Amino acid sequence: MEKILEVNKLTKVFGKGCPNCFDKTGPELDTNVCPDCGSVVAAHELSFDLYKGEILGIMGESGSGKSTVVKNLFFDQEPTSGHAIFYDDDKQYDLFSLNAAQKRHLRNHRFGMVYQNPHLGLNFGISSGGNIAERLLMNDLRHYKEIRERARELLERTEVLTNRMDELPGNFSGGMQQRVQIAKALAINPPLLFLDEVTTGLDLSVQAKILDLILEIQQEMNTAMIVVTHDLGVVRLLAGRTIVMKYGRIIESGLTDQILEDPQHAYTQRLVASAL
Amino acid sequence: MTAQPILSVEGFSKQFELHEQNKLIPSSSDVDFNVYAGKLTALIGPTGAGKSSVLKGIFRTYLPSSGRIHYHCANGLVMDLARCDEHQILALRQTEIGFVTQFLHALPRQATEDVVAQPLFQRGMDREQARQKAREVLDKLTIPERLWGVPPATFSGGEKQRVNLARGLIAKPRLLLLDEPTASLDPKTTDVVVEMIQEMKLEGTAMLAIFHHPELVERLADNVVTLTPPTIDTAKEVA
Repeated sequence: MEKILEVNKLTKVFGKGCPNCFDKTGPELDTNVCPDCGSVVAAHELSFDLYKGEILGIMGESGSGKSTVVKNLFFDQEPTSGHAIFYDDDKQYDLFSLNAAQKRHLRNHRFGMVYQNPHLGLNFGISSGGNIAERLLMNDLRHYKEIRERARELLERTEVLTNRMDELPGNFSGGMQQRVQIAKALAINPPLLFLDEVTTGLDLSVQAKILDLILEIQQEMNTAMIVVTHDLGVVRLLAGRTIVMKYGRIIESGLTDQILEDPQHAYTQRLVASAL
Repeated sequence: MTAQPILSVEGFSKQFELHEQNKLIPSSSDVDFNVYAGKLTALIGPTGAGKSSVLKGIFRTYLPSSGRIHYHCANGLVMDLARCDEHQILALRQTEIGFVTQFLHALPRQATEDVVAQPLFQRGMDREQARQKAREVLDKLTIPERLWGVPPATFSGGEKQRVNLARGLIAKPRLLLLDEPTASLDPKTTDVVVEMIQEMKLEGTAMLAIFHHPELVERLADNVVTLTPPTIDTAKEVA
């Protein structure tokens, strides 16, 4: 078992911040807004690790800071402080001290991201096939025929009708857009994939299909994933380990079945007891 | 008896701290026993004696409150399952320790043969090869072939239980935990399951089991451990 990611004391504050921000926010105080300066503490000293091929769930209500984690790791946001080491075979990257070109390199070549909102992950101005081709081109695949072939393969894999690959994503249903997004994220076989509420808002039947697809990909390609969700069912089905967050803090972490069947923290007990 | 135990449990206790109700609920207390390769240890005792809690504690679905759970791994190392790292538990679950519970949890809309083949998929076995193995086990457990391609959601209780068993047995774990694996099976199917468990014992699988019927304990158990429910007055308010 090899480690692929190690996050150490990741902290993200929105606003100018003050010395009291961390003492005056958190689950015990029932807020993530600092009463003195009004800054929002989205994440405070989050530490965790991820192994190759592992799926880690991050669970919490809206505003718990769970999306902040993946947005920082995928460079969509810049952390206030903290470290994250990405282990890539024999190379190591200190993620938060990279320059723009190095960040772009990792985003384009080693990481994948699937957003809740397909508009963030897809270019709606070009065709679905084109979206995938874009990512392949960044990876030095240059032959038109090769690119088209690979795009077709990926769309087939994610069960998007390939005779519609030249259509704009805007013509597709939400579930289909999500599958195109997954195909795009997977195009380069990333060893690390971030999934931010990918099934939220989809029909139950489509949700099941997408979860099934994610699991298949993980088993076939040994992709490590961080799955952010508010849905207990999603972590139950996907994640081996789960982190529970509230107001920017990790309040509990453990094996997923243990978190769901023997939660230790009062908040997790309430959360699990409220699930339908 | 010459062999060293595969699993030795010492002073295992489990209690639940319910924050909302401000209560400590005792489940199992001070449990000791050993499990050996090729032998079946049966846990018996009345409802509420904490039998399932012991099994879940070993699998770490429950966090043990106290005690040691020494497991001798295939590579010779000894690990305390009550304390070891979560990644180590996940690795053991994938390769060495199996758990067949009373209820079937599976991805929705997945064909039965895929549900059963899951543990093999997880080990990275070729999908078609894994499915072939799944079909063999399903056949052995007398699940009719017409059901193999259908999700188990609509199956009868007994059929679901057999699917669950098939998934547990296919992985051929070194240590198998069984929680009432035959509770809703008819006598004929129960016989098939008994036969399979005996075969696995011969192959060297160590087993720890809870059976509903005393008759099954008689037929299958090499060792019997009796648990008693915790006394009521140990249920106390948290200070």
